[in-house]
Amino acid sequence: MIKIERRDETSNLIYFLTPVLAIFLTLVAGAIIFYLLGFKPLEALKFFFITPISDLYGLSELLVKATPLCLIAIGLSFCFKSNNWNIGAEGQLTFGGIVGGGVALLFYNHEGFYVLPLIILAGAIGGMIFAMIPAILKIYFNTNEILVSLMLVYVSKLLLDYLVVGPWSNPEGFNFPETRQFSDTARLPILFEGLRIHAGIFIALVSVFLAWVVLFKTYLGFQIKVSGLSLKTAKYAGFKGKTMILLVFMVSGACAGLAGVGEITGPIGQLHRMISPEYGFTAIIVAFLGRLNPIGIVFASLIVALTYLGAETAQIFLQVPKYTGQVFQGMILFFLLASDFLLFFRIKFLRFKKYEY
Amino acid sequence: MYKYFLRLLASVLLLLGFSMSANAEFKVGFVYVGPTGDHGWTYQHDEGRKAVEAAGIKTTYVESVPEGADAERVIRQLAKSGHDLIFTTSFGYMDPTNKVAKDFPNVKFEHATGYKREHSNVSTYSARFYEGRTLLGHMAGKMTKTNVIGYIASFPIPEVIRGINAMTLAAQKVNPNIKTKIVWVFTWYDPGKESEAAQALIDQGADIIMQHTDSTAPVQVAEKAGVWSFGQASDMQRFAPKSILTSIIDDWAPYYVERSIAARDGTWKQQDTWHGLKEGMVAMAPYNSAMGSGLVKEVEKLQKDLASGKAHSFTGPIYDQKGNLLVAEGKVADDGMLAGMSVYVKGVEGDIPK
Repeated sequence: MIKIERRDETSNLIYFLTPVLAIFLTLVAGAIIFYLLGFKPLEALKFFFITPISDLYGLSELLVKATPLCLIAIGLSFCFKSNNWNIGAEGQLTFGGIVGGGVALLFYNHEGFYVLPLIILAGAIGGMIFAMIPAILKIYFNTNEILVSLMLVYVSKLLLDYLVVGPWSNPEGFNFPETRQFSDTARLPILFEGLRIHAGIFIALVSVFLAWVVLFKTYLGFQIKVSGLSLKTAKYAGFKGKTMILLVFMVSGACAGLAGVGEITGPIGQLHRMISPEYGFTAIIVAFLGRLNPIGIVFASLIVALTYLGAETAQIFLQVPKYTGQVFQGMILFFLLASDFLLFFRIKFLRFKKYEY
Repeated sequence: MYKYFLRLLASVLLLLGFSMSANAEFKVGFVYVGPTGDHGWTYQHDEGRKAVEAAGIKTTYVESVPEGADAERVIRQLAKSGHDLIFTTSFGYMDPTNKVAKDFPNVKFEHATGYKREHSNVSTYSARFYEGRTLLGHMAGKMTKTNVIGYIASFPIPEVIRGINAMTLAAQKVNPNIKTKIVWVFTWYDPGKESEAAQALIDQGADIIMQHTDSTAPVQVAEKAGVWSFGQASDMQRFAPKSILTSIIDDWAPYYVERSIAARDGTWKQQDTWHGLKEGMVAMAPYNSAMGSGLVKEVEKLQKDLASGKAHSFTGPIYDQKGNLLVAEGKVADDGMLAGMSVYVKGVEGDIPK
């Protein structure tokens, strides 16, 4: 007989093993799905998870894809750890992109080393300001930050639409919805000739390091964690709850803004309507898969980035439908949440008792 | 020993040669912006791909490729994995296509609806959809009772403005009182927005709905409201059997087959293609008999004349909204003017969004 009982305390080992378990279960379930779709499971998995990163170009693409995901997820971890549900990173990314892109267009054909830092700073501030809206509304009007941040995604996307169709559209571009290509001084430098990996990865790595320092080595990090575990305790301890709400949203927004500006000054090189294939939403999966831990998020962003690349190669080589990539992302999150069950409960196998009459 | 080694080397080289020639099978790749099941733009491109496959040439496609940073990787992956000819079927792939083309001079690239051919291995192609619009305008002008034609437009690019103008000119010719009302939805594919736009136009008195977007939502709204409509990109008749008068069909198949064979046989050359009714890149779905056999005959004749060149969608005199003469009497607009069209003709309501 199987008995499920609540654990007295959660096991640290299981806490970090469950993401691994989730990935393993995803692979097994993925193999079954491939089999049912009529593909050879192992071959399909190989094209999905190994072929995309079997050369330098693929590895570089993996990092290009993982960089924004990692940045946003790092920011989100501050919010989620302190029980603030910022769902609108996509909007903060877009707004950061708009502000950064605006500066880039302002300095069109401008020489000078300060152009790029200015654009990046503008992007971070843009994202930050946009994230402060749900925070301030939450603090002073007790609004639900999930709804506000989510709805603001559409606001920023429509604003971007308006700008690239109208006032910012390329004057030589026949009214197509895009801006000019930024000049070279406004682009993040490419690290290796022929590959697309760009200096944005350093921004991501620095923020990973800073996040780790803040969360684990400072009083502020402690406050964030305590408020996440119990708001009442935090209040009782005299933490300034309102300031902290604002602060975590600002960090989160700045990270998303940096991701946005990294995309437009990195691989894209201009503003148009599709500056992000919903990185802001996918990063939520990344944040939780990485256990809201900076190091975990680095690995999680690589894995989720791989599901994007894998979906492309699997379609090129086997004509597997493209949407399997999203299926894999969904399965990883599902299995992670499901295996969290093991965190709080333990399964005991008991012997059948023989009843005597 | 030495001889043995040589023999080994030779056989390895031979094997290598064999495997290389096996890899060198001619392949054509397609990059789609939407899912193959959108029943509009991408669906028609995939029909074209199937025709290439039916001609005995191996094809591959990648669907739903966002027009952002991902497009370049997908195009490069196709070029790297041995595809000899790659069709990139959305405007947003223009810069990525040219970028990859630079690094793969032996691979041929064909970009739909763009205007940049930065390298000798990049061609562009598009269709003269406006010829179809002229036919729609003729029908709309004859069929409308309220004299209001509702037009759902995507982006204010020359191609879309050309369609609006061609339709309006043709409708005015048969019915001087018509007005063209436009709703800009700023998307190519969003069933929700498109159906809202259709409803808004119907509420404003439009009894003809036409669209320059790809979903079937507008024709379905028109069917429910009991007004006439026209399908876009593919034959949408089965989604609104009573309402649809006809559909403009994008038929890419002949072009795709011709270019694929040319690339395989080594006769492929860079070009800028703009085909219409004449070549069959623009085709019309069967006409709805509800509009009466007289009108069907008229439209069929106009279709023939447009194809043969006897009639032209933009025949002067044409005036813009302010009354400035664009094309003089007896003249037709040249391709340069059509390609850069950015003003409405007289009779269109509203301003082009800026």
